[in-house]
Amino acid sequence: MRLRTMSGIKLSNLLLCGWSGLVLIYLYLPILLLVVYSFNDSRMSVVWEGFTFKWYGQLFDELVAHLGDERRSPLIESLSNSVIIAAITTAFSVVLGTAGAFLLYRYRFPALRSITALIFIPMIIPEIIMGISLLIFFKTVELELGFTTVIISHVTFCFPFVLIAVQARLAGLDPSLEEAALDLGATPLKAFFLIMVPYLLPAIISGALMSFTLSMDELIVTYFTRGPKSETLPIKVFGMAKVGLNPMLNTISTVFIVATAMLVVFAESLKGTARRLPDES
Amino acid sequence: MDVMVELRAVTKRFGSFHAVSEVDLQIKAGEFITLLGPSGCGKTTLLRMISGFETPTSGAVLLDGKDVTHEPPYRRDVNQVFQSYALFPHMTVQENISFGLRMKKVPKQELAERVRAAVAMVSLGGMEERKPSQLSGGQRQRVALARAIVCRPKVLLLDEPLSALDAKLRHAMQVELKQLQKKLGITFVFVTHDQEEALTMSDRIAVINKGRIEQLGDASQIYHRPKTTFVASFIGQANILRATVLSRSGERARVRLDGDIELLVNAEHLAGGAESALISIRPEKIALRKERHGDLENCFEAHVEDELFKGATDQLRLRTDSGLALTAVVANESSVQAALHAGDRVFCHLHPDDIVIVHEE
Repeated sequence: MRLRTMSGIKLSNLLLCGWSGLVLIYLYLPILLLVVYSFNDSRMSVVWEGFTFKWYGQLFDELVAHLGDERRSPLIESLSNSVIIAAITTAFSVVLGTAGAFLLYRYRFPALRSITALIFIPMIIPEIIMGISLLIFFKTVELELGFTTVIISHVTFCFPFVLIAVQARLAGLDPSLEEAALDLGATPLKAFFLIMVPYLLPAIISGALMSFTLSMDELIVTYFTRGPKSETLPIKVFGMAKVGLNPMLNTISTVFIVATAMLVVFAESLKGTARRLPDES
Repeated sequence: MDVMVELRAVTKRFGSFHAVSEVDLQIKAGEFITLLGPSGCGKTTLLRMISGFETPTSGAVLLDGKDVTHEPPYRRDVNQVFQSYALFPHMTVQENISFGLRMKKVPKQELAERVRAAVAMVSLGGMEERKPSQLSGGQRQRVALARAIVCRPKVLLLDEPLSALDAKLRHAMQVELKQLQKKLGITFVFVTHDQEEALTMSDRIAVINKGRIEQLGDASQIYHRPKTTFVASFIGQANILRATVLSRSGERARVRLDGDIELLVNAEHLAGGAESALISIRPEKIALRKERHGDLENCFEAHVEDELFKGATDQLRLRTDSGLALTAVVANESSVQAALHAGDRVFCHLHPDDIVIVHEE
């Protein structure tokens, strides 16, 4: 027998909605609190004293002052470091990931499965182990810690995301597509750039956005591999939080959350296109 | 006539598997030739060696007199229509069709002209700005065709291009393709496993089995004069029977089947001095009568074991008194008296030219 409420909605549906709501609250309430407190008119951030845009104004002032070379703002500097590191990391990840996926697709060899599995290790290994091992490595090869070492570290765990996205798209590829281009007079190089790259583009972009966000968010590995001048935003925020909860922290975190969320949503929507496209060909 | 494509002792091995063995084939300019065979027989590999996607292990491929054995696909004057069509999904119909001309750096004006002509030829007017995903199966097929012929290749290679279409559209496209080939005068090399398609469209058919050409000839030769048991049973239906050779005189030979049935047969493919042979009889060539008719040459008695209604025809299973089983196909008779039923005794009449000596595979 089906249980129905007065309005005719099935009871099971109602229960499901309730459960989903609880899960969402559990996931997002802490984040929501952080966002709310970024509008709190108080120096002590855990006591609510009224609504204000003050902290956002202050953040904006710091940004203007920093960009206008009036006053050096460590917070804004760390943000710009993060963006530079994430951008360069993404560029390398895209090239490595796309080339890697293409090679794994094109050449079949006995160790293929083991190599594919090895690529995933940087994605699942605890970050602290990753950080320590990279630090030992950089010390061994006597590489000075700084931007270079942070970027190298970030690329190691970012490029597998591009590789996986491109690999998934390649799995749905009609092998005749490239042959058709060659048959019509395109050299292998032209066929790659005129046919393969446009075909893989949604996957490449989605992988690139993933690696950009991952690099922006990363704390632990960066903590071990950074130099004195390569402080990233998460490191800076972590340092500030140790001294005391500053409302500015909430503000910059909110900006950060919104930016990251937008990138992730965009990446996911592209993944959707990437999955749909093969059926259309 | 000029030879457009020539295969000289072409062999292709994949590891220890012989996909194609020692194939010699001359394709004439302007000819519609079909490579017909079951899946895995090597017909597609043969095609891919002409297009350049496979390099022969040994032997040579000549295109218009020039050795192209080691030329890559993009330097060969041939184009292919792929089984999956392989249209570029991110390009419009117009961009797909003009791709080959853009690669060849054809001047803008000529390019536009030729694309327009190709679009008109395959009746795709008004579809130029659509993406492949917005087209039906038949329309995609036309785009694939236009994309290849717009390049004016010396040879057009078609790899089972009709297999993804439904039966009705497939029949329409068969006729259309044949007309297009006549109009363009381009050499067509068509690969299929569908014997009906091959018989309908081709000037010549190469029947391929296990990497070798079993028989090369026009549709009528292939159908009426199969050389091997494989050709006889792959194209249409055939009754294959073992016979003892009694005597031979010119075009005719006298053979005996089990049960003392003596038949006069066509001896074209009979090896000299052979004592026994296999004969092939097409089911529709057996004329069945309820009474003995005319002379007694090439006539034997049998009874109908069962009948299968096939619409336009009836398929009958016959058994002779000595136990030989035969299949016969007769026009579906609507009059009750004339119709044959299980248990009826019949006389089977055969013309000597409808009994062909075939070799074992």
